[in-house]
Amino acid sequence: MNPVFDYHALAPELILTATIVVVLVADFFFGERERFQTSRLATIGVLAALVPILTLAADGTTRTMFGGAYVVDDYALALKGFFLLVAYITLLVSVDYIGEGDYYQGEYYFLLLSSVLGMVVMASARDLISIFVALELISVPTYVLAGWRKHDTKSNEAAIKYYLFGVLSSAVMLYGMSFIFGLSGSTLLSKIGQYAARPDLPPLFAVAIFLTLVGFAFKISAVPFHFWAPDTYEGAPTPVTAFLSVASKAGGFVAILSLIYFGFFGTKEAWQPVLWALAAASMTLGNLTALRQTNIVRMLAYSSIAQGGFILAPLAVAADGNAGRSAFEAVVIYLLIYGAMNLGAFAVVIAVARRTRSGEISSYSGLGQTAPVLALLMSAFLFALAGIPPLAGWFAKFVMFRAIFEAGTASAYTLGVIAAVNSVIALFYYAGVARRMWFRDPSESGVEALPASTPPALGIALGLSAAVVVVIGVYPQLFARIGEVAFPG
Amino acid sequence: MDWFDSWGVTLAVFLPAAGMVVVLAIPKAQERALKVTTLATTLATLAVGIAMLARFDYDRTGVLQFQVNKSWIDVINSRYHMGVDGISLPLLLMTMLITVMCVIYTWDHFPDPRTPKAFLALILLLETGMNGTFCAQDLILFFIFFELVLLPMFFMIGVWGGPNREYASIKFFLFTLFGSALMLLSFLALFFLSDPQTFDIPRLAAQGGGGIVASTQNLIFVGMFLGFAIKVPMFPFHTWLPDAHTEAPTVGSVLLAAVLLKLGTYGFIRIALPILPQAAHDWAPWIGLLAVIGIIYGALCCLAQRDMKRLIAFSSVAHMGFVMLGIATLTNFGINAAIFGMVAHGLITGMLFFIAGSVQERYDTREISRLGGLLVQAPRLGWILGFCAMASLGLPGLAGFWGEFPAVLSAYDPAAGISQVTFRVYMVVAAVGTVLAAGYLLWMFQRVAFGTVKTEFEGAHVHDVHWPEWIAWTPLLIGIVVLGIYPNLIFRITDGAVTNLAHGMATAIG
Repeated sequence: MNPVFDYHALAPELILTATIVVVLVADFFFGERERFQTSRLATIGVLAALVPILTLAADGTTRTMFGGAYVVDDYALALKGFFLLVAYITLLVSVDYIGEGDYYQGEYYFLLLSSVLGMVVMASARDLISIFVALELISVPTYVLAGWRKHDTKSNEAAIKYYLFGVLSSAVMLYGMSFIFGLSGSTLLSKIGQYAARPDLPPLFAVAIFLTLVGFAFKISAVPFHFWAPDTYEGAPTPVTAFLSVASKAGGFVAILSLIYFGFFGTKEAWQPVLWALAAASMTLGNLTALRQTNIVRMLAYSSIAQGGFILAPLAVAADGNAGRSAFEAVVIYLLIYGAMNLGAFAVVIAVARRTRSGEISSYSGLGQTAPVLALLMSAFLFALAGIPPLAGWFAKFVMFRAIFEAGTASAYTLGVIAAVNSVIALFYYAGVARRMWFRDPSESGVEALPASTPPALGIALGLSAAVVVVIGVYPQLFARIGEVAFPG
Repeated sequence: MDWFDSWGVTLAVFLPAAGMVVVLAIPKAQERALKVTTLATTLATLAVGIAMLARFDYDRTGVLQFQVNKSWIDVINSRYHMGVDGISLPLLLMTMLITVMCVIYTWDHFPDPRTPKAFLALILLLETGMNGTFCAQDLILFFIFFELVLLPMFFMIGVWGGPNREYASIKFFLFTLFGSALMLLSFLALFFLSDPQTFDIPRLAAQGGGGIVASTQNLIFVGMFLGFAIKVPMFPFHTWLPDAHTEAPTVGSVLLAAVLLKLGTYGFIRIALPILPQAAHDWAPWIGLLAVIGIIYGALCCLAQRDMKRLIAFSSVAHMGFVMLGIATLTNFGINAAIFGMVAHGLITGMLFFIAGSVQERYDTREISRLGGLLVQAPRLGWILGFCAMASLGLPGLAGFWGEFPAVLSAYDPAAGISQVTFRVYMVVAAVGTVLAAGYLLWMFQRVAFGTVKTEFEGAHVHDVHWPEWIAWTPLLIGIVVLGIYPNLIFRITDGAVTNLAHGMATAIG
């Protein structure tokens, strides 16, 4: 049977691929001074790829290709749109950072877009092999990007650590996937789903699921597989860190979501306890470690580990009670809101570092006096991450708790209590940065502020994230609706 | 005026927020424009409140008026349902009035660091949160407004507060957040256990907890109780209050005492009692116990304080104890007294904090032992302090009396099925509390105002009451007298709504 190509359905991927090629080739033709033009090409490509997403969403039919291995439905479209928007904001925060430092430019955008292509493919992947290919496409370019500051030993360490952990996790994951294929006889998630619903499953199947999930746990830096994340985040160029902590992490979550809902849903005994433990450990350890950080990027790294725990929590109870639908929605909505909050926070970190050349939290002292707008935005993003209404984070937490309540089991409630306690602990370090910014004197920052203005691209990125954080906080229906539509069942 | 019936509440809640946006847009150098905009916004909001008062149907105070019910977050079945009834109207108006007075008071007394723009913007944001809480008729909406007041107050204490401000602000924030996290969980549990599932407060109250197992009701009630009791604050959850009050700038203390504490007690009356009557009934003796412990404990702490603001803060713990005792009786009489007590405490304690702020401004200290002879140096300020101390201790003829005395009296006869003996013991204890209140307030007044001026301030030139102070205080002082002479002004508004509430609870319990 010849594969049928639905060009409309594949248009986003095709546009991105074309852009990747154009960016790489165009880089040869630009002089040293025009190199920044590559970023414009990349931005145009990303925005162009959003157009078919909209036309496909308007069309509304589910398009299935390659025997069910590649599906373009509302779920895939919602996340593809999310990934492309995240890519757009990452491009905006990268332009000046990459342009001003002594970095290769064409290759940077080439690698970044390749990773985005992987995410866009991941949203549609419904087959173990395409999931694996998508995940490697997401990861491999970021190994290189993490080491982009090649004269900085921290950046080298970041890249090597990230690479070694990434490869190890891929190996573990593949090992698990091979068992799944061996047992179920198929790599298609739909077939695996039928197999998983059988009553008499061999214990090996549970082992296979465990290994696969452990592989993904590395990717989403869930405790206890998180060790690479803080070092990598700190060493990598900050725009890359923002991208890793939002986009690449979301890629991992989407894979887990697809695997569970389309594949493993029937055997909850095998995956729920694993996810439960990962969620509880990530929330608690991530938060407690974040409390002790003195570097803002490391703090955000641990905070994103904790946030990852919050995203996992609804999945950990997804097959209990009536939680199926609301857990799915909770993960999608949380990812959307988390993307805006975290990208915004990193954008502020980049903007502040332009002035202070420092990543220490102490250097934020008195920012409310020296740069009130940045301080205001940072406070908004941090309190959003803490889940304080009326900023968007509260709704993310709310849908998480809703899913936990719908599950209604004792273990679900326990997880709910752990999550509630953790959201109070988390406030302490988020508010700690706000305290430095507003309650302290600039003289305590210990750095000489340079008279650097915030470039327009970075300003747009900040404005967009802040708009999402405020508007969704007051009128969450917009994202709630996306979550509702995305549910495939 | 039909449009007002459907838009009045929205205006009352969001006018301050709109004003805040305007204030943020004005450059900070234009101080005058900033102040005028803020004052105009708060006055316009007060005007909306007065218009609501004028159009309010006093024959149907138990019915929600100026109702809006529009779709908001359909996916979770939460609606933009706002409205005002006899329970919320007095509190709403008190909030609007106090906010205007705070803006006038700060006119020339901006606390350090002098950044009027941020300070005024925070006052406006705070007003949106406070007004919204009193109008919300949907649990999620209520939660959002209830939490909205946290951020502005956190920054107000932290940026403009005293030497220990960082500790006080984060303590305030963490305590309240902990309570509200549990409260949110309770709201969610209520949603899933209600049939049909809803967050709508009147509809949940109509279900009256029907169909929820008693033990579950009790658990949900505990979650809500913690959320509200920390805000009130009830003993033993009060420890954030003295710190927050002592460190906060004057206006922050006033708003905190006058309005923010009421959000907790209002939550009990609006949400906890009508939605979970059975659980409220079961827990009532314990709530009453904590309330009377608060009365005595707060009073004893007052006697030991050396700092004026800290003393007033502890007196709030005691006074809110009376309010909670009234609520715990679950009777018409007690709850009416509690609402009156909330308004009276708002006016009186608000005034006391204003005066404490003014004293500190003049003498640069609030240490009671260093003060003395206020009546010699600033007789008007001294007499206003005396007047407010009298009002606070519950002198008949002033507003404080009608909050305290009926609350104590209501404990004589709590709702059917609640142990009379227990509550009569509480009544006696609370009565002892009123004596202690007279003790600590008069003693404070005596030490601060009577006698001769201490040597350290002998030659100092002390300004008597300034004109912004006069403008800010006069309406509150008039309010204290008028409500004291004619308490029916408030009882007439609250009674219908409270009768409905008490009746609803009695039928639900059966």
